[in-house]
Amino acid sequence: MALEAGIVSYGAYVPRYRITPAEIGQVWGTDGAAMGLGLGIERKSVPAPDEDTITISTESLRAALVRGAIDPQELGALYIGSESHPYAVKPSSTVVAQAVGATPLLTAADFEFACKAGTAAIQTCLGLVGAKMVRYGVAIGADTSQGAPGDALEYSASAGGAAFIIGRERVIALVHRTLSYTTDTPDFWRREGQRYPSHGGRFTGEPAYFRHVTECAHKIMEASGTTSKDYQHVVFHQPNGKFPVRVGKTLGFSEAQMKKGLVTPRIGNTYSAAAPIGLANVLDTARAGERILVVGYGSGAGSDAFDIETTEEIERFDRSFGTPVEEFLSGGVNIPYATYAKFRGKIHMGGS
Amino acid sequence: MRDVAVLGVGMTKFGELWDRSFREIGIEAGFQALVDAKLSSADLGALYLGNMASGSLIDQEHIAPLILDYSGLAGSHLPAIRVEGGGASGALALHEGWLAVASGAYDFVVVGGAEKLTDVPDTEANRIISGTADHEWETVFGATLPGLWGMVARRHMHDFGTTREELASVAVRAHEMGSKNPNAHFRNRISLEAVLHASPVAEPLGMFDCAPLSDGAAAVVLGPLERARKFTDTPIRLAASQVACDTMALHHRRELTTLDSTVLAAKRAFTQAHRAPADVQVAEIDDGYTISALLAVEDIGFVAKGAGGPSYARGEFSGQGHLSVNTSGGLKAQGRPFGAVGVAQVVELVRQLRGEAKDRQVSGASVGLAQNVAGTGATSVVHLFERVN
Repeated sequence: MALEAGIVSYGAYVPRYRITPAEIGQVWGTDGAAMGLGLGIERKSVPAPDEDTITISTESLRAALVRGAIDPQELGALYIGSESHPYAVKPSSTVVAQAVGATPLLTAADFEFACKAGTAAIQTCLGLVGAKMVRYGVAIGADTSQGAPGDALEYSASAGGAAFIIGRERVIALVHRTLSYTTDTPDFWRREGQRYPSHGGRFTGEPAYFRHVTECAHKIMEASGTTSKDYQHVVFHQPNGKFPVRVGKTLGFSEAQMKKGLVTPRIGNTYSAAAPIGLANVLDTARAGERILVVGYGSGAGSDAFDIETTEEIERFDRSFGTPVEEFLSGGVNIPYATYAKFRGKIHMGGS
Repeated sequence: MRDVAVLGVGMTKFGELWDRSFREIGIEAGFQALVDAKLSSADLGALYLGNMASGSLIDQEHIAPLILDYSGLAGSHLPAIRVEGGGASGALALHEGWLAVASGAYDFVVVGGAEKLTDVPDTEANRIISGTADHEWETVFGATLPGLWGMVARRHMHDFGTTREELASVAVRAHEMGSKNPNAHFRNRISLEAVLHASPVAEPLGMFDCAPLSDGAAAVVLGPLERARKFTDTPIRLAASQVACDTMALHHRRELTTLDSTVLAAKRAFTQAHRAPADVQVAEIDDGYTISALLAVEDIGFVAKGAGGPSYARGEFSGQGHLSVNTSGGLKAQGRPFGAVGVAQVVELVRQLRGEAKDRQVSGASVGLAQNVAGTGATSVVHLFERVN
């Protein structure tokens, strides 16, 4: 199964505000610094009050379109994977499509599969493009996730997005193969109308994240006839800084292979955007002929894996437009918890 | 009263058994015990099941007939009775089973213990287990089981000079034995430094001073000793079964650092069996918290009051001396499925006394003791077992 499609262009966006685990911890009377060390998180990103999954998606897609010099009217499909779509009913994808000038002749839809809706959207685009139903398909993973105040999730849940334009022409990173591993494993959920998600505590570890990521990685390497040694980079879904490193070591990857793809320690867990932003960071500095393994994970639960290889085209790819991921990782402005609470709507306001 | 013997034992693996249901593990342990005893279910007179909180933990009460039914024995119409006494539910069920056989009411009974703690979030499980302390005096104000035991530890350190390192040595020893037990929740060894530097739970107790929340089930078959040879070449005599209770709230006790319930249950058990602490070679004691292990060895009479810490730290209970404690790994490493703990202790002792404990075998073990505690010591149960030659 050699796919003839791949990534033509990409862009990422992370809101500029940051908060540290120590700052969060002091509000709740816990040792936030120790919590941050335990989770492997130094800072997490915080969206401004006027940012949401739609604005983040738009920012990342605009960067991708400019970098790839692609006419928005050539986009035949646009999918946004997120668990924080601003509307329960009314698509985010139509707003983004209109904002970038891709309407009206395209198909659009919103995806939800916890943290792997973005990678699921990439798979769908690969199918449409591979079947020559569309010239370009857009897959975006974006989130502005929230943890309940005081919950362990509050130390990690952050915001960000990455957009990938999938096509057959001028492909900078060819997707050799994609494979998924899916079961009914309820480790994390948010019911309709609930403000914050619930999670199964330790159940989110072994039977959920580790089993699905490990099995999916094994299966795709088995199908591709590869081993961990064949890849220059590996990118895992990264709910914190610890899980992906542990799963990487289990699978035989070195810290050097994991380094570029591991972004959560510096911006927090961007949910549907976590693995996509990791991949964008790898592509920011990749040269031709580098092989990348990507394994996403979404609670509920499933993993999507991608066996990717950069092409000669990446040497001609114009990265001068848009912000490199490294700038998002090292930049940003730290804010106190009070500002964070205001930005995230955690302060109960009077009036209607 | 006639002599009672343990004819068969069985248990499931302990741990986070997310893919197994309460009834599934209950049945597995029961059948293992029946097969081990070479007994047919048609010979049974009754089933006793120790369980702490199935209603809160899995929304299922009335669990004794449930296990009977799903074992395919509903048609036998056997009496199936649940026994509840917090973390000592298993040992209390054994006490009831012993009374039934000793009195002649029934000939053969199955005594099981089962608990499924990981179907609820950790915080909920901790709230539920803390219900074994006094709700109106303690838990309603926010006290938890580790919080209360933390106070006992602090007082023990103050009164007897017990050190943090001595407490930690209990956990190190537990994991060392757990590493040799295929059924244990934790099979990894840990260092003294790891225990000392773990996150605090209720100071001075840290994460590794507290036994885990586990799922698991254990079961034993009891019968009259005079008929035991028909079923097994190595019957183990249940030489004493004693229960003693005390005030529910910790602050109502005579003193914080002695479990009078354990002192009395042990004293009565040694009297009943015509034995003394020095006769015991293998003991399974309640180490739900490292401090509970110190109180246990002191209050049973293995060492003098206040000497538990130094004795543990010197490795006196690690098999070098005449007594080995918690060869199973104890609650700390084998695991802590509350209602199953008291029965699992018996499974380990019987295997030791039969000489079937493999890597963990204490050579020549002939007398064993089990101590099971609920809450902060409002109930203690002590059993003595002897190899019959």
